[in-house]
Amino acid sequence: MNTIESPNYMNAKKGILSWLFTLDHKRIGILYLIGIMAAFALGGILAMLIRMELIHPGQDIMDADTYNQVFTLHGAVMIFLFIIPSIPAALGNFFLPIMIGARDVAFPKLNLASWWIFIGGSLFAVFSMYAGAVDTGWTFYTPYSTKTGTAVISMTLGVFILGFSSIFTGLNFIVTIHKLRAPGLTWYKLPLFVWGLYATAIIQVLATPVLGMTLILLILERVFQIGIFDPAMGGDPVLFQHFFWFYSHPAVYIMILPGMGIISELISVFAHKKIFGYKAIAYSSLAIAFISFLVWGHHMFVSGQSEIAAMIFSFLTFLVGIPSGIKVFNWLTTLYKGSITFETPMLYALSFLFLFTIGGLTGIFLGALATDVHLHDTYFVVAHFHYVMVGGTVMAFMGGLHYWWPKMFGRMYNEKWAKFAALLIFVGFNITFFTQFILGSQGMPRRYYNYLDQYQPLHAFSSYGSWILGLGFLIAFIYLFYAAFKGRPAGRNPWGALTFEWETPSPPPTENFDKDPVLRHEPYDYDKVLVERTYPEK
Amino acid sequence: MDTTGTLFMPSGASTISGEVDAVFNFILIAGSIIFAIVVGLIIFFSVRYRRRDKPGLTSGISHNLKLELTWTIIPVILVFFAFYFGFKTYLKMSIVPGNAIEIKATGQKWFWSFDYPEGVTTVNELVVPVDQPVKVLLSSQDVIHSFFVPNFRIKMDVLPNRYTVTWFEAHQKGEYNLFCAEYCGTEHSEMVGKVRVVSESEYQNWLEESSTAGEGMTPAEYGAKLYISKSCNTCHSIDGTAGNGPSFKNIFGKTEKFADGSQAVVDENYLRESILEPANKIVAGYQNIMPTYQGLVKDREIDALIAYMKTLSNEQQ
Repeated sequence: MNTIESPNYMNAKKGILSWLFTLDHKRIGILYLIGIMAAFALGGILAMLIRMELIHPGQDIMDADTYNQVFTLHGAVMIFLFIIPSIPAALGNFFLPIMIGARDVAFPKLNLASWWIFIGGSLFAVFSMYAGAVDTGWTFYTPYSTKTGTAVISMTLGVFILGFSSIFTGLNFIVTIHKLRAPGLTWYKLPLFVWGLYATAIIQVLATPVLGMTLILLILERVFQIGIFDPAMGGDPVLFQHFFWFYSHPAVYIMILPGMGIISELISVFAHKKIFGYKAIAYSSLAIAFISFLVWGHHMFVSGQSEIAAMIFSFLTFLVGIPSGIKVFNWLTTLYKGSITFETPMLYALSFLFLFTIGGLTGIFLGALATDVHLHDTYFVVAHFHYVMVGGTVMAFMGGLHYWWPKMFGRMYNEKWAKFAALLIFVGFNITFFTQFILGSQGMPRRYYNYLDQYQPLHAFSSYGSWILGLGFLIAFIYLFYAAFKGRPAGRNPWGALTFEWETPSPPPTENFDKDPVLRHEPYDYDKVLVERTYPEK
Repeated sequence: MDTTGTLFMPSGASTISGEVDAVFNFILIAGSIIFAIVVGLIIFFSVRYRRRDKPGLTSGISHNLKLELTWTIIPVILVFFAFYFGFKTYLKMSIVPGNAIEIKATGQKWFWSFDYPEGVTTVNELVVPVDQPVKVLLSSQDVIHSFFVPNFRIKMDVLPNRYTVTWFEAHQKGEYNLFCAEYCGTEHSEMVGKVRVVSESEYQNWLEESSTAGEGMTPAEYGAKLYISKSCNTCHSIDGTAGNGPSFKNIFGKTEKFADGSQAVVDENYLRESILEPANKIVAGYQNIMPTYQGLVKDREIDALIAYMKTLSNEQQ
């Protein structure tokens, strides 16, 4: 009963080398998953250390220099090693080809190269921890980053290399979506996760090179003393901010768009209902991708940029918020007249709706000029960012992980433990980060090692929340790992879902399908098609 | 928590703070209503449409033009208001009134200094008269800092290669925190000053006293005061504990080893040089991070600081 013997991508070949040099997109997806999980664990431990240190003012467990390095590494590891590759490179790699009925991505070798580049870049970044560590913050602002004596070069070189891995993945996905769709699978019949990945890939290809160039300029300045950003050598430090945010604002949409794609899948599957406003959701992803290139200046309202520039960027920032709002309303309406069940993936999807809405609405405070002047560079921004990135992307990632885990490994996790962990994560997250909105609007600046006594109660509260949050993730790691090897077989379609990946065995065979997939219905036709679940519903 | 403020905002002490808070509250209320609707509907739908029996086919509704237009247009209008109010107030925050007095503020690792037109220089303490617009002309000696006074709702980055400007008019006397809001290294979180808002007559008296400061005190007493007010205490302890710089305890008469291998006995000339040209002799084991105090301290103040350091040392000759 508890064995899976059908030939599949996991038992097709044996040995570590068959994994490390595989061209199978599913195995590469798993390799990425291992890499990003390691990064998430490292970034998470650093986060716990930060909250531990901030529980009281003054020194608790580390000195100021160490603290500055820890928050820098937390940010850099979480952004560049975890959240950017998380959904596209791990889940996207595994499921994009299957969801469009293809046997693999368009360029399997490029896909493998992107993983190796990811590992290489990560090693550089992690090496900087030994090479003296970096204390610039993940934003590497000049001229601090050109002056500080730490291992800025190895960290920025690592991020530069990681950029290529991101570009390769994006390029691969664009071509795959254009060229490898199953017969009859037209654009408007694509699952919305695929639309999300498509919009993401466009940004990855167009924006990442700018980050690469910026970091190379920074490295050149440090190594050859060429004055680009450092005023002491005739450069302009604000130029760096323009370059940096020209990538890094679109980059937050690299981080959230695939998550939104997952949410579209989850809401429809677990409400057992046709998605509401398919085209609105698909086009809003593209709209977000394009407008995201025009809002970078909202990170610089108090940097000394002109009032005209500030006005234009503020206006465009509000525009980019509208498509996200439209998505939320579409998901909400999808629940209407559904037949909703509340398995773990759906709990994460509902958490996403709750937390992402807070994240989005608090963005309005930061987009409005007068309030941003007060809130900029305070904990309000920290809280907003975590609500969007953890409350948004990580919730979607966790939802997707639980949704597709039985497909990836053919086995189901323990639902009770999973629900318990989801609850801990939701409660812990809110305790940790909602307090930070108040800290920030009360004036607590970010990146402070020490703080005034008046902020202590909220800081302590936030730290307690981080323990609950950390425990939730730890439990999730444990039962998911256990389930991958020992869980009960889940069957082809444990959720009764209608996209292609549920028509093939779990885990899928190396060629993805036992016979060529035929499009019999659209991805969200819950009004026309009923598919039996292969795993008992609780 | 600042008990004089609201749950979200510290007490407002400038002429602009009320308007900023109004924008904040407008967004807070509109946002809370939208949030309540979203969460209310999530809960209502989750209860009303939870699966009660065997799965079956569900409704195929996928469009409703009126509904979709509604939830596009209403948010567009709301955010347009947020944009407009935010911009309008921001313009007021950007335009310095013509009758403002001007104070030059300099940020450097890791303290603020202020130069008054009357020739007074202070460190980490900005004293201003109430009900008087004050223009602050900002620049940095090293990396980017940011001038942030939460109670005034103002913030402006402080750059090393150009001047930036902010202004405020305090309408409430009192003492307010001044933070550095742009990360600037080791002691970033210690780069905290005070803004003291006083009446016009107190301000004039203070200016008077500041230009004759130290009178009626022994040099050592005055030095003890300067040790705090010039922010020596950020990096140099007086009890022997290690900081970013050598402790002042027993410093006088001590033989220091330098990074280049040479050594010297700490005397008056060495201390004077270390205040004005700190990069010349770096004590072994410390980084070259101290900014020069050239122009920030007068000769008389250096004398007082040296006198104070002598009192901290066993060897006083």
